[in-house]
Amino acid sequence: MRLAKIDWALGALLLAMMVGASACGSSSSSSSSASNLPSKIGKTEGQLNLVAWEGYAESKWVKPYEAKTGCKVHAKYAGSSDEMVTLMRQGGGSQYDMVSASGDASLRLIRGGEVQPMNVDLVPEWKNFVPQLQSPPHNTVDGKHYGISLQWGPNTLLYNTKSVSPAPTSWSAIYGPQYKGEVSVPANPIQIADAALYLSKTKPSLGISDPYELTEDQLDAAADLLKQQRPLIKKYWALASDEIELFKNGDAVIGAAWPYQYSQLKKANEPVEQIIPKEGATGWADTWMLSAHAKDPNCAYEWVNWVSSPKVQAEQATTYGETPVNTKACGEMEKIEKGSCEVYHANAPASYFDSIKFWRTPVAECGNGQSDCMDYSKWQQKWTEITG
Amino acid sequence: MSATGFAPQRSTPARTRVSAALFRRPWLRGGLLLSGPLAWFVLIYLAALVVLFVSSLWSVDSFTGNLVHSWTLKNFETLVKVDTYRTIALRTIGIAAAVTVTDAILALPFAFFAVRIAPKRLQGALFVAVLIPLWSSYLVRVYVWRLILAKDGVLNWAIGQLGLGSLNIGYSNWAMWIVFSYIWLPFMILPIWSAIERVPDSYIEASADLGARGWRTFRSVLFPLILPGIAAGSIFTFSLTLGDYITPTLVGGAGSDFIGNVVYQNVGVASNVPFAAAFATVPLIVMGVYLLIARRLGAFEAL
Repeated sequence: MRLAKIDWALGALLLAMMVGASACGSSSSSSSSASNLPSKIGKTEGQLNLVAWEGYAESKWVKPYEAKTGCKVHAKYAGSSDEMVTLMRQGGGSQYDMVSASGDASLRLIRGGEVQPMNVDLVPEWKNFVPQLQSPPHNTVDGKHYGISLQWGPNTLLYNTKSVSPAPTSWSAIYGPQYKGEVSVPANPIQIADAALYLSKTKPSLGISDPYELTEDQLDAAADLLKQQRPLIKKYWALASDEIELFKNGDAVIGAAWPYQYSQLKKANEPVEQIIPKEGATGWADTWMLSAHAKDPNCAYEWVNWVSSPKVQAEQATTYGETPVNTKACGEMEKIEKGSCEVYHANAPASYFDSIKFWRTPVAECGNGQSDCMDYSKWQQKWTEITG
Repeated sequence: MSATGFAPQRSTPARTRVSAALFRRPWLRGGLLLSGPLAWFVLIYLAALVVLFVSSLWSVDSFTGNLVHSWTLKNFETLVKVDTYRTIALRTIGIAAAVTVTDAILALPFAFFAVRIAPKRLQGALFVAVLIPLWSSYLVRVYVWRLILAKDGVLNWAIGQLGLGSLNIGYSNWAMWIVFSYIWLPFMILPIWSAIERVPDSYIEASADLGARGWRTFRSVLFPLILPGIAAGSIFTFSLTLGDYITPTLVGGAGSDFIGNVVYQNVGVASNVPFAAAFATVPLIVMGVYLLIARRLGAFEAL
């Protein structure tokens, strides 16, 4: 049984090769049919195939949607942004209709021609979205909306109130030696942006203005900071549940986290608190994107309308500890769980939103017209060097 | 005339003719019999290896993420030049070796006791005890160790009860060493078990007759005879550890990546299959060398 492990690895590799080859074959047809956006939602096709974060297609809101529209939902859960990109590329991209891409994947999908623009006029609730997430740079390019924003949240500093005192106010708590061997941060190359954000405040001489647009020197500086941090790390967490376990068992007392971990630990009566440190924080914002070769576009439009409605927004936000994009969701959240609107920042002022630097795929083009920034593959390489 | 009895009759059914043809041509019979497994072996095993080697010589366009099908040694160059990958390869091989030695040290006295000393009923019970963990999921066993080794886990609780302070080995290379040694132990015990079983009692009696004491008998008679068994077991423990990436993910800490983790990250995360393929050839080469040594020690006869 276990003997076959190496062979499994080889098999997976072969499979990945085929995936890679097929992605290669389809890349030439980058069909961005901007001119022919649909002007109305037609007759539904009867089914909808989604690539989603685990639990984004919960029966709580999928069942009523199916009953209402007659579209049967088939969801394929992906474990990482990169897996989502891979899934959307394989098989010519017509296998799935939509993907719930995070900001670090969405630009890759747009550039690869895997997704197509959507008509926001067909999504009435879109007008009620937080203004910053109506046309954010991670899903809107040249005025074209490649998808409809869904939920968002910050990457917070989570700590155990018993072991960590005084309460931290700065990210320096996870870069300094005071909690050596008790720190946990995500196992994700995009974590470099957290270090870059910290450096942009503490070392202004580096000239970092955007944590996702780093020159080689800036990336090296961030990598150096993270290499210094490595001996302090108990574990780089891959799943949210990993970090929850680390905090419960006392292995970690401080770390970078999502509000999800905080709410789960709170529910388990663990003495934890979370803050957005004074340097600000990175964050994620998810978008439902429509595949360039979607076979069920009408069901897809019905779906984004459904998940954008205040009630479903609230259900999803309270289930996963995220912040809804629809400003009308607050009232519904209070109905589900008293105080949740406040906890998940659904009523937070614009200044809260602006303190968050949302995940974006690092690309070679810097905002200043130069193209000497380090792209995602460089980030990935650096990340391996840091953690390996 | 009797000759007509041997002439093939018009009414002979096709089945009989086919079987007759096969009977007359043993090579055809053998070929047909083997063609299924052979095709499987060539297509699944060898073709996969060839694809692995070939793709390790390709590269990925960093802008589009597409494969570039032109030959380059860039991937191997990166492997040699970047310290991290050497560290990871050495860590993987080092821990695989440590696990193998640990398992051999644990398995030898256990198997000896079970085969030579334990009464028949206990022997059966021990055999089952060795095999039972294999019936439960690999993941469950690794997760259990995570709970045992955690800071507020069972191990520290037990040590604390004894008044010995606490150990902080959860999520570290030590944890990986312990978990790997536990998980692959049965694969070491079984070959040694059968190797000890095959040593005739008379050899040991003869050794005693010639005046050798226990230790001398073990060193000069028993050990050389069970060495192939140890080598056979070590093939399992070494190769299984070498190829694993789940245990490092689950119980490893910061800086516990194995070759398998880098391969996984490059395939699933960075979509850099050529580099993953290049790195995947490293354990293949290591294992090839290891198998050559093991064959010298007679491991293949003991399997």
